[in-house]
Amino acid sequence: MLYVRLITMRLLKAVVVLFMIIIFNFVLIQLAPGDPAAILAGEAGATDEEFLRQLRERFGLDQPMYVQLWRYVSGVAMLDFGFSYRQQMPVLDLILARLPATLLLTGTAFVLSLALGIVAGSLAAARVKKPSGSIIMALALLFYATPLFWVALMSVVLFSVYLDLLPAYGMYTVGAGHTGMALVLDVAKHLVLPATTLALFFMAIYTRMTRASMLEASQQDFVKTARAKGLKNSVIQRRHILRNALLPIITLAGLQAGQMVGGAILTETVFAWPGIGRLMFEALQQRDYNLLLGIFFFSAALVIVFNIITDLVYRLADPRIKEAS
Amino acid sequence: MTDPLLSIRDLTIALPKGADRRYAVEDVSYDVERGEIMCVVGESGSGKSMAANALMGLLPKGVRATHGEVIFDGQNLLTLTEKQHRRLRGLRIGMIFQEPMTALNPLMRVGAQIAEVFEAHGQYSAKERQARALALLEEVGIPQPDKAIRAYPFQLSGGQRQRVMIAMALALEPELLIADEPTTALDVTTQAQILELIRDLQQRRGMAVMFITHDFGVVAEVASRVCVMREGRIVELGSADEVLNHPQHAYTRALIEAIPSNLIPQAQSPRQQAPLLEVRDLNKVFRSRGGLFKPAREVVALRDVSFQLAPGETVGIVGESGSGKSTLGRCVVRLERPDSGTLLLSGTDFSALNKSELRRQRWRVQMIFQDPYASLNPRTRVGYAIAQGPMANGVSRRDAMKQAGELLDLVGLGAVAVDRFPHEFSGGQRQRIGIARALALNPELIVADEAVSALDVSIQAQILELLEDLKQKLSLSLLFITHDLRVAAQICDRIIVMQHGRIVEQGSAEAVFLSPQEAYTKQLLDAIPGRATELASA
Repeated sequence: MLYVRLITMRLLKAVVVLFMIIIFNFVLIQLAPGDPAAILAGEAGATDEEFLRQLRERFGLDQPMYVQLWRYVSGVAMLDFGFSYRQQMPVLDLILARLPATLLLTGTAFVLSLALGIVAGSLAAARVKKPSGSIIMALALLFYATPLFWVALMSVVLFSVYLDLLPAYGMYTVGAGHTGMALVLDVAKHLVLPATTLALFFMAIYTRMTRASMLEASQQDFVKTARAKGLKNSVIQRRHILRNALLPIITLAGLQAGQMVGGAILTETVFAWPGIGRLMFEALQQRDYNLLLGIFFFSAALVIVFNIITDLVYRLADPRIKEAS
Repeated sequence: MTDPLLSIRDLTIALPKGADRRYAVEDVSYDVERGEIMCVVGESGSGKSMAANALMGLLPKGVRATHGEVIFDGQNLLTLTEKQHRRLRGLRIGMIFQEPMTALNPLMRVGAQIAEVFEAHGQYSAKERQARALALLEEVGIPQPDKAIRAYPFQLSGGQRQRVMIAMALALEPELLIADEPTTALDVTTQAQILELIRDLQQRRGMAVMFITHDFGVVAEVASRVCVMREGRIVELGSADEVLNHPQHAYTRALIEAIPSNLIPQAQSPRQQAPLLEVRDLNKVFRSRGGLFKPAREVVALRDVSFQLAPGETVGIVGESGSGKSTLGRCVVRLERPDSGTLLLSGTDFSALNKSELRRQRWRVQMIFQDPYASLNPRTRVGYAIAQGPMANGVSRRDAMKQAGELLDLVGLGAVAVDRFPHEFSGGQRQRIGIARALALNPELIVADEAVSALDVSIQAQILELLEDLKQKLSLSLLFITHDLRVAAQICDRIIVMQHGRIVEQGSAEAVFLSPQEAYTKQLLDAIPGRATELASA
């Protein structure tokens, strides 16, 4: 019951926030230099004033800003995100076509970084002051400090060019016509490099955070109590130390999860992954404002949704929150 | 005669390099017999907990036993492997700790934490573990044990949590229970209940108890035998009666004497002056803001509190946690704004001042805080910390620093202390700095909130002496907030007893302490450990 109320409240707030984000983005884009009509006309090779006027009229660009805003907002309210004149397709269709690819990539990276990061961090905490613990931390520091695109390029050079183990780009082998399991395997193979690249940075952060948080938790009095009970060290590490150490990790995981739509531009570009990130990059270059606004909307919505989910998970993980708020 | 259950022989425990001394304990030998309560007494840093930690195999990193043996039922515990040691912990030796607030895992239900003890030693089925946890909660006297078993620690009070800890330690009926300052963090009435419970369980089960404490009052309540420690060595060892009533060693005598006694200093004659502070019908309610669906929660901290304080008088506010005594103090210095009522400080209504007026008048009431470690900025030199107040009120830096030196001299630290940092001082010395800081503004009234509670008894006695001395010299007016009726009786002219935000009783220190009128005051007084047994010095 408590949760139903909570979620309803948060969703109501989310609608308000989303509305404000739409307005903010819209105004921001209006302020950006460059006239979409002029660029379209320029590419078409026409400099004719009359042609420009026609273009503006067709796209509604000749209207005052508040009229344009009103049209846009009332459109969004009915899930109509407008039309991309560059791609000659409705914005919603464009985004929905690219969304699965991005979510597959970022979702895999998310799970991978979280799982590996927590495991590595726990190991490093349990082996503090031992060489194995130091090696884990050194690797984490290395991944943390190395730029993402460099890791991406080098892994392509190593795994695709030299070892020829994994495909260098794309989401599936073009023209192979795989179906069923073969297709799944093909996509999985293509997924390995970009997902790992994307995961490394956050994995490094989770590793460092888990370790620090566990070392702090292991200083707490209740750990001494647990030892006085005669519990095994492994049980103490898992049940008492790790569980208490996970609370800050949840906050961070929520932040990462929020970036799942917009956070993979670089990786998608390097690996030619047909996702939202690349779509956004292209839209930006081509002044495709409707498309850009649509992508902004989706990534903002995802951030809000994951904020709500993070709050709920946090409540499940820490019983103290319920009473306090 | 049978062998003692536990026998510590020539135990020496080395501290890591760079510690303030080489050995935590040195050549310590004592026994704990079956069925007795052995009290190990000492001030902080005496190494009193070290032997207990060594025998549990719970010594901190870098600290290890270098010499001697700890024989438990014929077995030297110091030579056990970690695995052998683990089998003993919880099963044959149980332990409870000082801080019930942090000694339980905040994310686990109480029942699961008790059941874990059985699990650790592979006993019973999961269902039976729960049943036994419930029975244990009942045995340690937790109200509504069927609900408590599903509660999280934060939903229980400090006393209840300590009961859970005891239930946990006793789950497998250990032969030896180690209680490390188990009542130090509790209110007096709760402390009395927990002591009663430990004594009761000890007798019913015929356990041996090793009871570690700094409080001779507690010792008088529970001990069969006493071991007094100082700086890692035993200074006196004997039966409770011998040690408490005929202490041989000067240090033991000093410790016992340092306990605020039942003797009440003569109160000064009542003054017929206009009151310095007049508090009228003060009310303060804390509200947690309710949301759209949540009801707002209210805690009444002060209800119709009225009292007066004459110039040069010391009034003690006594109460347990949650009684509103600290809120009252915070209202008087205006760290908190009362909801209603007036606070007249020599005529001006202090509670009605606006922000800028308040800032100009803040100097008139100053505060001495409880925790001498947390209340000084670790990066600020002591002299500057004291001079900041006067400088904020327009005194030149040179004059303020000069005055800081004089004040440090006055509180017995010497003017050279000006250039040192807080970490170079002990707890008692830091509290002296806190007092100097409060005096720097030459305030009309000083509020001391639990100013001696965090200190060892011998240090406590010194600080009380200093305050008494300053009172005479500077004719200070003091509002002294404490949970300890005996401390209050030492220094206060009048005492106000608070409970649940109301004043229960007020009167001269002598009257309240020796012939209390209200049931609650009597209850508070009876709960003071060691009161029944008159101590040697009293």
